[in-house]
Amino acid sequence: MAEEKKKSEYLVEVKDLKEYFPVKTGFFQTVPLKAVDGVSFNIKPGETLGLVGESGCGKTTVGRTLLHLYKPTGGEFYFDGELVTDKNIHSLRKEMQMVFQDPYSSLNPRMTVEDIIGEPLDIHKLYTSKGERHDKIMHLMELVGLNAEHATRYAHEFSGGQRQRIGIARALAVDPKFIVCDEPVSALDVSIQAQVINMFEELQEKLGVAYLFIAHDLLVVHHISKRIAVMYLGRIVEIADADELNEHPIHPYTLSLLSAVPVPDPKTARESKRIVLEGDIPSPLHMPSGCPFRTRCRFATEKCAKECPGLTDRGNGHMVACWVK
Amino acid sequence: MSEEKVITNINETPDSGAAGAEGNVLEVKDLHTSFFTDSGEVQAVNGVSFNLGRGKILGVVGESGSGKSVTAYSIMQILASTGKVVKGEILFNGENILNYNKKQMDEFRGEKCSIIFQDPMTSLNPTFTVGWQLREALRLHTQYKTRAAANRRAVELLEMVGVNEPESRIKQYPFELSGGMRQRVMIAMALACEPDILIADEPTTALDVTIQAQILELMKDLQKKLGMAIILVTHDLGVIASMCDEIIVMYGGRVCERGTADDIFYHPCHEYTKGLLRSIPNVDNMKEKLVPIGGSPINMLAMPKGCAFCPRCENALKVCLDQEPEELQMPDGHYAACWLNVKKAYEEEKTAGKGEA
Amino acid sequence: MAQNYDIPTPKKRLLSLQLDPAKFEKASAEEKKQQDVMAESTTFFKDGMRRLRRNPLAMFSIVVLLLVILLMIFAPMIVPYSYEEIISVEGVRDKRAANLAPFEYSDMEKAYMEKYNVKVFPHILGTDELCRDYFIRVVYGTRVSFMVGIFAAVMVTVIGTIYGAISGYAGGKVDLIMMRIVDIIYSLPDLLIIILLSVVFKETMDFSKIPVIGKLGTNMVSMFIVFGLLYWVGMARLVRGQILTIKQNEYVLAAKAMGASSGRIIRKHILPNCLSVIIIMAAQEIPAAIFTESYLSFLGLGVSLPMPSLGSLANAARSGMQSYPLKLVFPAVAIILIVLSFNLLGDAMRDAFDPKLKN
Repeated sequence: MAEEKKKSEYLVEVKDLKEYFPVKTGFFQTVPLKAVDGVSFNIKPGETLGLVGESGCGKTTVGRTLLHLYKPTGGEFYFDGELVTDKNIHSLRKEMQMVFQDPYSSLNPRMTVEDIIGEPLDIHKLYTSKGERHDKIMHLMELVGLNAEHATRYAHEFSGGQRQRIGIARALAVDPKFIVCDEPVSALDVSIQAQVINMFEELQEKLGVAYLFIAHDLLVVHHISKRIAVMYLGRIVEIADADELNEHPIHPYTLSLLSAVPVPDPKTARESKRIVLEGDIPSPLHMPSGCPFRTRCRFATEKCAKECPGLTDRGNGHMVACWVK
Repeated sequence: MSEEKVITNINETPDSGAAGAEGNVLEVKDLHTSFFTDSGEVQAVNGVSFNLGRGKILGVVGESGSGKSVTAYSIMQILASTGKVVKGEILFNGENILNYNKKQMDEFRGEKCSIIFQDPMTSLNPTFTVGWQLREALRLHTQYKTRAAANRRAVELLEMVGVNEPESRIKQYPFELSGGMRQRVMIAMALACEPDILIADEPTTALDVTIQAQILELMKDLQKKLGMAIILVTHDLGVIASMCDEIIVMYGGRVCERGTADDIFYHPCHEYTKGLLRSIPNVDNMKEKLVPIGGSPINMLAMPKGCAFCPRCENALKVCLDQEPEELQMPDGHYAACWLNVKKAYEEEKTAGKGEA
Repeated sequence: MAQNYDIPTPKKRLLSLQLDPAKFEKASAEEKKQQDVMAESTTFFKDGMRRLRRNPLAMFSIVVLLLVILLMIFAPMIVPYSYEEIISVEGVRDKRAANLAPFEYSDMEKAYMEKYNVKVFPHILGTDELCRDYFIRVVYGTRVSFMVGIFAAVMVTVIGTIYGAISGYAGGKVDLIMMRIVDIIYSLPDLLIIILLSVVFKETMDFSKIPVIGKLGTNMVSMFIVFGLLYWVGMARLVRGQILTIKQNEYVLAAKAMGASSGRIIRKHILPNCLSVIIIMAAQEIPAAIFTESYLSFLGLGVSLPMPSLGSLANAARSGMQSYPLKLVFPAVAIILIVLSFNLLGDAMRDAFDPKLKN
């Protein structure tokens, strides 16, 4: 049965993605931990979608599930019009790659830089001649700003920022159209973050790669993304264009998130009124009924406890999942 | 009379103005700390001086390798076994704590000065209950010696830091609490002895943004209530902007610039500070490309002669290569250690001189 | 320390700083580069070896082991006696050359030396009760113990690594079952099984025709079988633990994201990273195996006569302990030196190569 490739303006179409992990709570009982509970979004080619949320919201799980590092429990993922399944995932891995958060554990300490960057080429048997493979690796290193002489060194000899560049070169080796960036700058120093962020932007301009940029730093995400999705406890509560989200946030969680961000500007810091949320994030094992945010929400009503709101369009593609606002 | 542009060479540690009147609870003078490893001597702190006024919040900003955490650990004398303070004085109410014997140091730690760390997961002992750990701190340093009295005080402390249901929390183990809760417990432990100084080493870096906001508000509240001085060590410029009375910016184990938040953010006078501010996404540069600081962080094993920031500085002068800049006072009153300011003043003076002639 | 400066006028200030105006030119990129010193390039191995060299106990152990190995190789070439040869002078067995003290000659030998005015090679450690040169017997005993130890350690390492790797990588039910098997094996009495097997083999099989094993004896076969069946479990647990840790690393996840097969991941990513741990544990298996062989020989369950092993030499020396205590001392000291050196070396290697210390 041939899969029909649907013509689509979107490179990435995610519909109602679910990822549940079975967790043992008793001797014979397993309860599903709903890490991702019905997430939908679209990304156009060459565009960046930022995915923000706090720990436990499931954003990292979304990234990994898309790449089939975890087997999806439900939902559909269309890549370039084609439905992604177990069968075609291996060949599709050439089109989508991932950059990881921790530059210290995402590179094998026993491999040289050349081997690390060349591994995807070897796995997919893209270059048969040694010379061509070497040239490609040199080209990639230049693209990310590494010296050619570094190719024979080992990963542990480099700083965090340089390691992250190696990771990015590795992701680019197979010329993917889509890269999932899982908190790629969170572990880096502030002055290095800027270098790496600029590099991401330049690469997008040059190569037309689309990004799913997962991070918890709202300012960074705002800078690099065209659209931003805010997640809370496995669900997306708001998606909008980056500027729109910042200027006219609607969902109560987004409001408190934005006001909690420490802005590096003393005047703004003095003038802003912080909306401080009470309490802690509930455990995903014991999700509140209805809307997951209602336990910390100032505007919660009875309806919020009964039914979970879906994303509704408030105009201009600004989607919000809330009964009250 | 033309306004005199005053550039004063300061060998005396700069005062933070009003604090001078009430006195400084802590004075750090020319601190040098090194780690002696088998790869060589890592010069982590190279001449840091500052004054901490009573009841003030001092922010220490820097990236990894700037020496900010080591400075804090030097004050508390909790350096690793390879670390040693090789030069300088740390005066607490006039006494040099580097000369304290073990007993005096034990009293200093906890009663006069306490510290909270970055990772609440690993800073609390997982095999003891929260209550046990609080009682331990209380029994060692305060008058609450009996179990019952210590328990009551522990409950009070937990309430003060905003932990809900304190009576039942006392019986819980750290792994049963969330990250924000654990950090509050750490703060409670640090405050158990009502210290004069609280050192917070990246207290919110490991926490979520909304929890971070809660903890920072809590720290501000407690500081107002209890009147202790806080040294806030962090790399997050956003946190610094909202919390601190005075800020020092560190790079390569030295102080680059010190001043109030307005001074640092709106009138930076050191290339490193300027570079940092240009490289972070901010409300006013959202759509522009970030301007990163080139190069990599400094290698503390081989400190260069001259300014530590020189290899990465776009506007470096020849003098920066081999002479360490001294801290000079800027026209608006804050201090920076950069030869470019001297050059600027020199040139302005030349043109002023030419104008007069 | 605090000096009060009067606030001077700028002119005085700058002059008193004695600055050279030429110095206020911009620094070039090359000049700045000189300031930036990049650390010397080292691999993990070189770093570890450097740390190892600084450890005095490690160097002492290495020296001792090297000496022992040299002795094992060269002594039989130098000493003209064989381990089973009964001392004979001019073809006649010297019955009174038993239990000589070190460097002592028997009467027959003395007569021989006087007669031909020739020096007979001295008995460095004397002779045993059957008139055999003791030194060469100790050297051969060391050889046997050493080789048995290494062979057993290699076998244990290979079996344990494969088992632990499969269990650790597969995870889930497979891991559960495999580890329960390990638990059962842990609870079996090894000595009992060795004895049982030895007895069974003695009755039923005859290994004397097979070259090496024939010399060593049937007991050795049973010992090796037991080693292969029982002693690998420690290594298996260790390797499994290492693999579980390494599996968590993001580079394994990255390899999966690239589409690497399980075989490739184990070969290229997991095994190379546990190699140092495996080698260190293997270095500590050797003394354990040598010790086991020694005490089995001591109990009479080891190598068959006349092939000596350090344990059987010690056993034979037991009876003469009152009159000739030195006979027990020599093999005991040899055992101690070898086992201690390997243990110290293994410990030092772990300290030097431990990745936790590195970060």
